Amino acid sequence: MVIATMNESDGSMIAARTRVKSLGSAKSKAQLRALLLVAPLLIFLLLVFVLPIALLLTRAVDNRAASAALPYTMSALSGWDEKSPPDEALFAAFATDLKQSPRDQIAEVAKRLNYYETGMRSMLLKTARTIRNAKPPYKAAFVAIDSKWETPHYWTLIKNASPPFTDYYLLASLDLERDASGAIGRVSAENAVHVDVLIRTFVVSASVTVICLFLGYPLAALIARSKGAVANTLLILVLLPFWTSLLVRTSAWVVLLQGRGVINSALIWLGLIDPAHPLDLIYNRIGVLIAMTHILLPFMLLPIYSVMKGIPPVYLRAASSLGAPPMSAFFRIYLPMSMPGVSAGGLLVFILALGYYITPALVGGPGDQMVSYFIAYYSNQVTNWGMAAALSTILLVAVLILYAVYNRIVGIDRLRIG
Amino acid sequence: MTNFLSFPRLFSILLWLAGGLVILFLIAPIVAIVPLSFNAEPFFTYPMPGLSLRWYREFFDSNVWQLALKNSIIVAVFATLLSTFLGTLAAIGLSRPSCPARATLTAILISPMIVPVIVSAVGIYYAFAAVGLLNSLTGLVLAHTAIGAPFVVITVTATLASFDHNLMRAASSLGAAPVEATLRIMLPVIAPGVASGALFAFVTSFDEVVIALFIAGSEERTLPRQMWSGVRETLSPTIAAVATLLILFSTLFLATIQWLQRRAERQKIAHRD
Repeated sequence: MVIATMNESDGSMIAARTRVKSLGSAKSKAQLRALLLVAPLLIFLLLVFVLPIALLLTRAVDNRAASAALPYTMSALSGWDEKSPPDEALFAAFATDLKQSPRDQIAEVAKRLNYYETGMRSMLLKTARTIRNAKPPYKAAFVAIDSKWETPHYWTLIKNASPPFTDYYLLASLDLERDASGAIGRVSAENAVHVDVLIRTFVVSASVTVICLFLGYPLAALIARSKGAVANTLLILVLLPFWTSLLVRTSAWVVLLQGRGVINSALIWLGLIDPAHPLDLIYNRIGVLIAMTHILLPFMLLPIYSVMKGIPPVYLRAASSLGAPPMSAFFRIYLPMSMPGVSAGGLLVFILALGYYITPALVGGPGDQMVSYFIAYYSNQVTNWGMAAALSTILLVAVLILYAVYNRIVGIDRLRIG
Repeated sequence: MTNFLSFPRLFSILLWLAGGLVILFLIAPIVAIVPLSFNAEPFFTYPMPGLSLRWYREFFDSNVWQLALKNSIIVAVFATLLSTFLGTLAAIGLSRPSCPARATLTAILISPMIVPVIVSAVGIYYAFAAVGLLNSLTGLVLAHTAIGAPFVVITVTATLASFDHNLMRAASSLGAAPVEATLRIMLPVIAPGVASGALFAFVTSFDEVVIALFIAGSEERTLPRQMWSGVRETLSPTIAAVATLLILFSTLFLATIQWLQRRAERQKIAHRD
């Protein structure tokens, strides 16, 4: 292409240009063929996976419910100064909306307004039920249903719900909110739960990562220095739990850790503990740490092992022949050389732990539930899609950032299981 | 040989001790639950008062468990077929030298492995509710195909990385059409990779519980979904029996994977010769 543009007038270049062009078209044909092979899975995943998640995440900022259900009210409110008492025109517009909009849309708005101020839901629903039979003048009718409609404050709340996008849920997932003037501040202490959950998720994941590292490192070293059948057997003993169903492993821990479970009955039988006071090993943090460590340990061990296998023993021999005592040979040669495995395993375990749901739900107590639990809670128990989406966004962003780090350090193509 | 790995001897003993304890921690829960499934009494303690197969009978006689088993098998089989087909095609496309935007495409194709499963589950639930795919085995198959496909893409891409593309050139110089060369030359060579990808996809679906929890109704409950309820509500030794059967299954799975990997390695060596 470059040659062709440099010699625009040269006749002999025309042939070269056609050649380049046909080469180009052959290349783009080959590209197209490769793309056609990728396309079926790509389209499938876009439809079944990427699009659903994208739709969910938009719910974190989606605020169209109020303006869709209350179009007349919103346009009447747009010219209102938020201080003067609401006039008859505003009440008439509101009455029109409440009479015309479908009940489920009104219910959606009522629920939404209740996040701003508790009590708004029942106030609006009661009004919507009664106002259907009302005739003008509407102001009197509204005030008869609930005298609070005279107060500008409640109209400000409705007006605040009018923009199509909101940062309400994202702020709420960090225990923040906007006050009447729009400034961001902390929510009241009794409503501030999300930061605790996020910190807890981080603390549990970090603890599991550290425990996995301390358990995985020596075993990886043992397997790496073993040879032949011994190494193979040890590796299979690691891989067997790795490939055993998550539910099987979690149920096994429930059976083992229960108050009248295997571990406690063994300790009682040995006379180590009092039969009346078995150890509390489950439905608390201990249970979560044990079960999650068990499930995630292979993800730590395998990357460390594969790096250790590549460390030539001759380096250590060189170190000790130069007079390094075993401890310093370990800390100055072996440990630094095995660090790529440690960082790969550590990052992987931490990332996977952040998203855990099943294991903490089955072996943890109420105080051990992580962010995944609350995403599930908001989506299928209280149907607050905004909060479910906002917490999903936070979890997803954290995981994607960590994978970007993983990609930098390890290479995402090394993400191989088994 | 005076490095820390062989000397002092104390170090070696300590390493074996630590490693042994960790192995015990990894294996013990799995080993401990197996005998309890043969317990004559519904207790989770040793020593057991007697042996019985009643929990296995309960599993095989229970409509709920049998429905769960049937659903799990149906969903896993179809999800495996679909994800293996789509994933193998995509992997062949990705490993072509002419493939554009490979990094971006790969990132999208393996994203179901990276996104936390709770986010996938809630997203799929939200979208499937809008198109009427909730409470259907079809919905479950589609969702499990999505989360299983990345395993196929990764294993087949890895196998193709060591594939000798001269074989394809040789085939076409002998007159084979591209499709024929792919089916008769490439596919047999990458078969172990495809097979292990398919096994991964199968196990992923067979073990998946979070998505099933969200999008499947009681008629579509799968084995892990049923185990979840079992562990949460009334923990009966039937769970131990199911667990034992699943441990048997994962042992078979592990053996197959090892065999496939060894075969692939032998093939690699044979090609190099």
